[in-house]
Amino acid sequence: METTERLKIDPQRKAAAEGNFYPELNSSLGPGMNPRIQRLRKLSVETEPSLSIERALHETAFYRENYGKYSIPVLRALNFLDHCQKKTLYIGADELIVAERGPRPKAVPTFPELTCHSVEDFHVLNTRDQQRYTISAEDIETYAREVIPYWQGKTMRERILNHVPQEWQAAYEAGLFTEFMEQRAPGHTALDGQIYRKGMLDFKAQITTEIAALDYLNDPEATDKFEELKAMDISCDAVILFAERHADLAEEMAAKETDPQRVVELERIAAVCRRVPAHKPETFHEAIQMYWFVHLGTITELNGWDAMNPGHFDQHLTPFYAKEIAAGSLSREQAKELLCCFWIKVNNHPAPPKVGITARESGTYNDFTNINIGGITGEGRNGVSEVSYLMLEVIEELHVLQPGSSVHISSKTPERFLNAACKVIRQGHGYPSIFNPDVYTVELMRQGKSLRDAREGGCSGCIEVGAFGKEAYVLTGYLNVPKVLEMTLNNGIDPVTGKQAGMASGDPLGFKNYTELYAAFRRQLNYIVETKVRVSNYIDRMFAKYAPAPFLSVVIEDCISKGKDYYDGGPRYNTNYIQCTGLGTTTDSLAALKKHVFEDQTFGLDQLLAAVANNFEGEEFLRQTILNKTPFFGNDDDFADEIALQVYADLLEAIDGKPNVKGESFHLNMLSTTCHIYFGKVMGATPNGRFAGKSISDGTSPSHGADTHGPSAVIRSLTKLDHTMSGGTLLNQRFLPSLLKRDEDIARLGQLVRSYFTLGGHHIQFNIIDTATLKAAQESPEDYRDLLVRMAGYSDYFNDMNADLQQEVIERTENEAF
Amino acid sequence: MSESLPLIFDIKRYSINDGPGIRLTIFFKGCPLNCRWCHNPESLSMRTQKLYTRSKCIVCGECVKACPNQACLLSKGGIVTDAERCQTCGTCAKVCPSLATEMSGRFYSVAELMGIIENEIPFFDQSGGGVTFSGGEPLMHTPFLLELLKACGERQLHRAVDTSGYGKTADLVAIAEQTDLFLFDLKLMDAELHRKFTGVDNSLILDNLKALATAGAQIEIRVPLIAGLNDDRQNLEQMATFVAQLPGPRPTLSFLPFHNVAENKYPKLGQIYDISEMAVPGTKRLQQAVDICAAHGLIASVGG
Repeated sequence: METTERLKIDPQRKAAAEGNFYPELNSSLGPGMNPRIQRLRKLSVETEPSLSIERALHETAFYRENYGKYSIPVLRALNFLDHCQKKTLYIGADELIVAERGPRPKAVPTFPELTCHSVEDFHVLNTRDQQRYTISAEDIETYAREVIPYWQGKTMRERILNHVPQEWQAAYEAGLFTEFMEQRAPGHTALDGQIYRKGMLDFKAQITTEIAALDYLNDPEATDKFEELKAMDISCDAVILFAERHADLAEEMAAKETDPQRVVELERIAAVCRRVPAHKPETFHEAIQMYWFVHLGTITELNGWDAMNPGHFDQHLTPFYAKEIAAGSLSREQAKELLCCFWIKVNNHPAPPKVGITARESGTYNDFTNINIGGITGEGRNGVSEVSYLMLEVIEELHVLQPGSSVHISSKTPERFLNAACKVIRQGHGYPSIFNPDVYTVELMRQGKSLRDAREGGCSGCIEVGAFGKEAYVLTGYLNVPKVLEMTLNNGIDPVTGKQAGMASGDPLGFKNYTELYAAFRRQLNYIVETKVRVSNYIDRMFAKYAPAPFLSVVIEDCISKGKDYYDGGPRYNTNYIQCTGLGTTTDSLAALKKHVFEDQTFGLDQLLAAVANNFEGEEFLRQTILNKTPFFGNDDDFADEIALQVYADLLEAIDGKPNVKGESFHLNMLSTTCHIYFGKVMGATPNGRFAGKSISDGTSPSHGADTHGPSAVIRSLTKLDHTMSGGTLLNQRFLPSLLKRDEDIARLGQLVRSYFTLGGHHIQFNIIDTATLKAAQESPEDYRDLLVRMAGYSDYFNDMNADLQQEVIERTENEAF
Repeated sequence: MSESLPLIFDIKRYSINDGPGIRLTIFFKGCPLNCRWCHNPESLSMRTQKLYTRSKCIVCGECVKACPNQACLLSKGGIVTDAERCQTCGTCAKVCPSLATEMSGRFYSVAELMGIIENEIPFFDQSGGGVTFSGGEPLMHTPFLLELLKACGERQLHRAVDTSGYGKTADLVAIAEQTDLFLFDLKLMDAELHRKFTGVDNSLILDNLKALATAGAQIEIRVPLIAGLNDDRQNLEQMATFVAQLPGPRPTLSFLPFHNVAENKYPKLGQIYDISEMAVPGTKRLQQAVDICAAHGLIASVGG
């Protein structure tokens, strides 16, 4: 509601309307604060991802020459050094932050030591409709000649898949779980502030000290430690060399450059690359470039999941910003321009291509670098600074796929920051997501982190939390919880394939009551989790032995002092997560069974199971009854919520505290990313009325369209779960733009977030509905029963409207899109 | 007991247009007015009503089988209800698998409603929100409403009452003692037109508004602005003059632009929505309404 003085009927907020936003430039180049950023962004957005075989060629030649001559860690480090020496460099026009993983933007290397793509894989990657990576016929031929013959049978992928037990294989193929490490290395790593206080030369000095202190007579691991520390030392040299080569190139380019302004810029780039990463950064520019070299080092050395993550980047940059602003050596504009350059750099780096099940599960270019903004400091103080606001502006102006971003809202976070974030959310690009440091600090402490380390933690990738810069928190794969129930209802036989995939947990028609059915579900769950954990532990040892990451180990605390690799328990903390997906679908299915079969006896168990087996064909009455007359999760209804609590407790019981091979434990995570789509595809129909092949629910969100009582009811249901027992929960909420029109609506959204977090929520993300979604809702109304259209004095569910009115809402939404 | 309890036809969570903050709005069934543009036709009758949505009906015929009065008939166009036979017992809604048939109106006790309200307190606390009693016309259920308002007051919750102002003055004054904010609807200043489009005289409404203002109540005047019906300068001038002359704290005004989305709801009740004389007001008209108020020293805005 706006007052007389500033009545604006048009709710649309132009980017320039407030804050330090820039007027939309009349330019064909697209968004960006100035022509430089516009050009860089355009290049990044429009360049098609391609594959580069350069790294694979260097690596194969190096392995042919050197395998067996060195210990594995030293071999890995030398291989990294060799590539840093030879790699094609790229410094693009306009760039201020430099260096690429590939020879040019969006060129992605392969990692044949992990998974060696076949010629057929390349053809698929080159031609598939989605997530295409182009590669020339000549490169494929070279790869087939030079790379493939050497790695065949020696990759990590084969090491894993050729040695797994038959039960694991069956469950994996059925889609009961996924395995993250079959194509990429363990990752999800975020950094703390160490690299802004220490340069690589400082790390090398520390390594030298540790080597000197090794006790070869009394410490049985001393030799292993020596090899690992030597490898770390070499990897520091590799990254310094990589930067020096960029300095040389920038100087060469400056010598040939005719534009005097660009000459100054290139000279500055050279000076920055001479300083970092060898030394600690002194300026804002150097700090960003420092991180970027470390980022590139870790994602070039190996192909860890979720690339790399700067963690609380605003907090790390704030001292440099404050110092330079005070000294007058940096303006707000310049700082923002550098941040834009950085953002575009990250966008230049699509995830390396995946194939097979992993491609189905995570088919996206997004490599999930997730910039944490705001939050609290290690001392527990408010972490929001001017840099945080700058970052929000960058997100709003650039809207690029990568990096992802999240805002961290603690009870100490100022209202102004939350409001600024909500305004960016209203733009409808899906970012930033919102996290609750007050809760995840407790989550991390429950897992054994110190208070300070927990406060310095945050989320990386999707919603998983860890102690930044001090922890290897390995996501091992997703668990398809609704499929576990499907196994229970089919005595371990996968109804989709007819093969045995789970354990024989009992003839479902023999279950006399809900308790018996549920007990069988629990047995099935434990069996599947144990099957997965056993192989996870094996994989962890394989990575520790054959694919260590010495450079990553340099920048994660305690690896140097322990003389141990990141993959071998070197970090201060070592967690394995199993990510459970589909709490909503599982709960709703159990609720339908409990209510209609065992309590009201509306249907017999045989009747319901037969209907599910036949994908509800000819059973519309039964299906509609289930859809409309079952208490579903997300409506603040204790009947369903109690079931969700029980399932959550049993997931925790099955997973939490299981020992990993690093002397620590497995913990529960409740994320799904895009895996709920793949999991849905490998499943038949479910007792909650969901058709075969349709997505299951994501994270801890209610099933699609099951929540019909508005966001406060969803929040009440979600917060009956104790989020602190997990390493992350996930709540996606859909909002129509009409709920976010006015400034007060933005305030309400912030207050909704505050309410959720006060009640103990971990994460919430708002998807602002666009017209495409509304059209999808017209196509499949059942999945969108939660879409509430609200106007003064009137509200109705989108589904309940006739076609004409729906069309009107679609048109309104189009107009109201921000 | 049910006779002393009013019917509630909706309870809306995350209500952000009916007073300050995040609110819970409780809609009472039954209204003494019969506004031609009414957005909630199911709010008019005091009785339970059957709503039928053809598009949701899977034509399973279960209601036809289950109806104890043989009031449900299967036809080409779906289910037809024989109004003469129908006792609105709700059996059809109970057996309907797809929510095509629903009963509008349910009895709640004060304790039951307070339980629902209490669940929302975390959201009120964070937003300065509270409970809004709307309708229909909450004044038609004054004893029950007072009990609820008192219970909310004991919990220090913000209370708003959304009223047409058509009720006993003594009731309204009593309610004012337990209410933090009135959302008071004003529609038409001309008595004749008011009678024509709402079915009742407006003198009682205007007197009640004066009485409330005299009692010092906080009031937000809400005006459904309907092109061709009440958006003319004369009506708005009269309205602004009236409001500006009220004693006590000066009310704010909020213009709610008419929209025709409710035409969806009428067929569910087997009714026709006659909006032939009404249209959605344009931006200029809304601005003019705000400007007229401003000229009288009133703060006005466009809501919804």
